[in-house]
Amino acid sequence: MLYRTAGQFKTSYEADQALFPVKQDAFLLGFIMVLAWVIFPLTASEFTFQTLLIPILIYSLAALGLNILTGYAGQLSLGTAAFMGVGAYACYKMITIMPWMNPIIAILLSGVFSAGVGVAFGIPSLRIKGFYLAIATLAAQFFLVWLFEKWSWLYNDNASGAIQVPNLDIFGLYVSGPQADSIVQYYLVLFIVCLLTWVCINLTRGNLGRTWKATRDMDIAAELIGINLMKSKLTAFAISSYVVGVAGALFVFMWRGAAEPNLFDIPLSFRILFIAIIGGLGSILGNYLGAILIVGLPVVLNLVPEALGIPVSSSMVEHLNFMIVGGLIVFFLIVEPHGLAQLWRLLREKLILWPFPY
Amino acid sequence: MDLLRDIFINPFVEMAAMPDLFLQTLWEGLVSGVLYALIALGFVLIFRSSRIFNFAQGIMVVFAALTLVGLYAYGIPAWIAVLLTLGVMFVLAVSIERVVLRPLVGQPDIILFMATIGVSLFLIGLGEIIFGGENKQMITSELGIPTGETLLEPWGGLLILPHLDITVVVVGGVLVAALLAFLNYTKMGRAIRALGDDHQAALSVGISLQTIWVLVWFIAGIIALVTGIAWGARAGVSFALEVIAYKALPVLMLGGLESITGAIVGGLMIGILEKLFDGYWGYPILGGNTETWFAFVLALIVLLFRPQGLFGERIIERV
Repeated sequence: MLYRTAGQFKTSYEADQALFPVKQDAFLLGFIMVLAWVIFPLTASEFTFQTLLIPILIYSLAALGLNILTGYAGQLSLGTAAFMGVGAYACYKMITIMPWMNPIIAILLSGVFSAGVGVAFGIPSLRIKGFYLAIATLAAQFFLVWLFEKWSWLYNDNASGAIQVPNLDIFGLYVSGPQADSIVQYYLVLFIVCLLTWVCINLTRGNLGRTWKATRDMDIAAELIGINLMKSKLTAFAISSYVVGVAGALFVFMWRGAAEPNLFDIPLSFRILFIAIIGGLGSILGNYLGAILIVGLPVVLNLVPEALGIPVSSSMVEHLNFMIVGGLIVFFLIVEPHGLAQLWRLLREKLILWPFPY
Repeated sequence: MDLLRDIFINPFVEMAAMPDLFLQTLWEGLVSGVLYALIALGFVLIFRSSRIFNFAQGIMVVFAALTLVGLYAYGIPAWIAVLLTLGVMFVLAVSIERVVLRPLVGQPDIILFMATIGVSLFLIGLGEIIFGGENKQMITSELGIPTGETLLEPWGGLLILPHLDITVVVVGGVLVAALLAFLNYTKMGRAIRALGDDHQAALSVGISLQTIWVLVWFIAGIIALVTGIAWGARAGVSFALEVIAYKALPVLMLGGLESITGAIVGGLMIGILEKLFDGYWGYPILGGNTETWFAFVLALIVLLFRPQGLFGERIIERV
């Protein structure tokens, strides 16, 4: 009833291929946008901003980047965190060398560096496939983290070996550093996430996205129908690393405020891979659903014992978190290997027919 | 010019000048190589029989060692604790097969891979809740593992061979030999290999998939216990040990995912080369600690020339 698509006729090919061929989808997205842009910022507390809203957005952006590479182009990557690190360090260096630079531009440019590094580590993908390719991204992961530690120029020769985000402002409004307001940071993150998501949706729908999908499904066949595999795989690496790099810059500048090299170690890579897989590989929406689950779950779990009045030590909660997240991952993979996005797709099919199933 | 000299001349001059140090490095590389090879063997067994890239192998190593130490801490005699730990690993193998693998049969590789990561997270949480997360001492002397040292003096230098390391190498060698004998000369072993060659054909001659899966996961558990004891005796038992799990990945890639020979050769190669590289090139030129990435880069370079690894099955693709 609510999701009835009957009667929405398309008279041209363009209309049928539009971003929202069904009106209700557009309404739903509009509703989510209103929530994200108006309702949440008006109602959220400092705690909600810092533990839920901002990290969920940043993690979904990183997962989106990974999803382009793994979900759309079919190249397994276990080195996402290292590419986030490249973005973060690039942004930090740009800000320290050119302090007059607009932070938004610096963040968007920092992705370019990680894209370059991503392409360099993506070159082996032309020859190595499947699980063997994971080694290329793992090499990137361990080598880059080592580099962040040893190359003191990257962190301005700090004694601590960590990078500390300075106070940055856009037209007098602080966006990062200790003086920044959470709500300003939230809007900035939201803006960049929306922008990049919009770009990525259209990329994956277009010519490039189709060559990626063909490469993913069977790369020899793709080559036979005239797809340039080198171009397809390397663009996937470049664009994916760009998005991941921007997410990394946001991760440090808009959320953590400081970063040590081991922040970008392999557990972060796995975390993002979980988000992408639980959300659904080859889906844009899935990244957001996955991030809400993976980021939100520990926060909720932390609140549960307190709410029930059971005294549990914080280390116990942390270990329980590990167990529950691990168990849930297995559970979700068994119940729906195609991820949360597939659950939404099924629900939508049901809603279109409801309440007359035939 | 200095750099070239540092790369091509100085390391070899140093090796020749101090052969005892060179031999010591070689020996340490060999010992860690044996351990890498053991972990990689666990991976290979599971990969061959089920095409599952078992990320949890490294965590199983820690979990087995923790269980052993934890049981001993409850006052159970060392040898009974070993048997009980084996029992725990068996229960673990059965429950992983029942709960995780059986419902996921036939899913894409990456889903199974993720499932094993889920299992490893679960095991980390469980292990820390039951046994605590702090670093523990391995019960080396209680298990009757010798702890002395043999000093050799080749060419007037000094070579230290801890008895523990000698035991590790010997036990590792025996375990590998036993495993090879098991795979080649017993009915069960042949069944495992048959399953690795062709699932359908193996099923049609009456080999039970479930039994074999439990069996290989149990064998992987035994290997994990041995590795855990050996590694724990050298570095203490805690979840920081899981880094060795990551080390097993390049070993596998280098050797080839399906090959038992590959796991052994790859493990020894990486163990020795990374110690030599860090000692003679990494530390003087790059500032040390290159062991974190050297294995991966080495495997990557080898794979560029042989995409299936040194001993892997040739990858044939059809459209």
